[in-house]
Amino acid sequence: MSSYSLSIRPYGVHAVLVEWPKIVDEAILEDILRFKAHLKGSCLDMLQWEIVPSYNSITLVHRETPIAFSDFKKNIESWYTEEFETNPRQKYLWRLPVCYDLDFGIDLQEVSEKLNKSMDEVIALHTSVPYTVYGIGFLPGFMYLGGLPKALEVPRRSDPRLHVQKGSVGLAGKQTGVYPQESPGGWNIIGNCSVPMFDSKSETPSFVNVGDKVQFYAIERAAYNLHKIEGEVGIYKLEKIKLDA
Amino acid sequence: MLRLLKSGYFTSIQDGGRFGYLNKGVPVSGYMDSFSATKINLLLENEADAALIEITMTGPTIEFDAPTYICLGGAEMSVTLNNSPIQHFKIYKIEKGDILSYGKLQNGFRNFLAIKGGIRTAMVMASRSQYFPVTDKNRLKDRSEVPYDAVTTFKPKLTEIKVDSFLDETILEVSQGPEFELLNDHQLEELFFKDFKVAKENNRMAYQLADTIEGHKISMLTSATLPGTVQLTPSGKLLILMKDGQTTGGYPRILQLSDKAISILSQKKYGDTVSFKLFKL
Repeated sequence: MSSYSLSIRPYGVHAVLVEWPKIVDEAILEDILRFKAHLKGSCLDMLQWEIVPSYNSITLVHRETPIAFSDFKKNIESWYTEEFETNPRQKYLWRLPVCYDLDFGIDLQEVSEKLNKSMDEVIALHTSVPYTVYGIGFLPGFMYLGGLPKALEVPRRSDPRLHVQKGSVGLAGKQTGVYPQESPGGWNIIGNCSVPMFDSKSETPSFVNVGDKVQFYAIERAAYNLHKIEGEVGIYKLEKIKLDA
Repeated sequence: MLRLLKSGYFTSIQDGGRFGYLNKGVPVSGYMDSFSATKINLLLENEADAALIEITMTGPTIEFDAPTYICLGGAEMSVTLNNSPIQHFKIYKIEKGDILSYGKLQNGFRNFLAIKGGIRTAMVMASRSQYFPVTDKNRLKDRSEVPYDAVTTFKPKLTEIKVDSFLDETILEVSQGPEFELLNDHQLEELFFKDFKVAKENNRMAYQLADTIEGHKISMLTSATLPGTVQLTPSGKLLILMKDGQTTGGYPRILQLSDKAISILSQKKYGDTVSFKLFKL
């Protein structure tokens, strides 16, 4: 049985927002994913519903029909409090290769000056810990990552760029992440990830799921170029490690 | 297939939308004005969500290379078939070599061209709606070719329908968004007693409003957003997410447009005026 006190509110006629306490916390994320698996497995017809988890909430979206809110709210409450067994999705730690060359890490030098660390120290810190995926959104395949070392917190750029290159790895406040496609953006760019984070032609267009972890590792320019070619012909193999539930 | 001799300002293939990928950050996409688009599909006895062509502001010139039946709806535009003017919400037979030519926009912003049997481009992630990077392009270009199945005989139950035009409606029906309760009295008064002009920044992703209200210092955790969600930025700008809008966001979601209101807004262009009217869910 789960024990958080949930807030359940209508969000337009097609969606319901379920919120946990408003904090970034792995235990809350865990509870959200457990409940999500229960909803998916035993409560909702997944041909009709979509479930969007993010940080402290899940949003349940119905494709077509308006939701009868008060009945549905009661259902959610009883689904949440009933005893349930779930087999949450297997979680993975994804190892993502990043080339921190200055050609890609166009703000790396500035970041290292602002943080009062050498560029090598910035890279070592950035690759030192796994980050938790708290949400996917903003752009297809964009991960909201938590767990950035305090020493890497640097404000977003005062002048956002109109074009940030696809694959760019950035820092902004407590966040780090990968731009899955070219887009405007205000993050400080420190490198480029050689693995595409979104590919609509792949069977799994975005391989990462909320609750997974990612850890970056530094690669040389030559390895980066090789990954790119392997990616284009579809033989690049991602490194993933099973995480205990 | 049909060929775009001229593509127009922003012409794209859209269907009922791409469902099942919100958790991967992929927006639902699909026709902006579902009210008009579904009507012309149903008149052609297509599935309501069949893929059609969405035309924005300045329309294309199209050559058909196989017989079919078509129907237009949505924004009022002067359109000719082989140089003869044609009506909206009425079925026309098309022969090989026919030329459909869009002229002046008279009212509204987006017109829809439905084809008997629907557009037959490949499905990508369960939809034909064009949205980059799910599809290779986000719109059709000059000389784009669009496949459909030839239809030589079709006896429609109805050949035309009268549709009460909503193109002049300016009131957007909204319900409370998740962060509505964080608004103060002054912001509420501004929201529901002011008129708002549509800003230049308006497209399939979002409509910005040029008029602002009092800003805020609310910080919240990123959470899901939907088409029709009205976000309030710290500086008091109102952003209304549309069909290609981002699936999550960190600005307070103060209002949520009804489905009808999304259709009404999608027919507005730069400089048009809208206002909000609250209804209880």
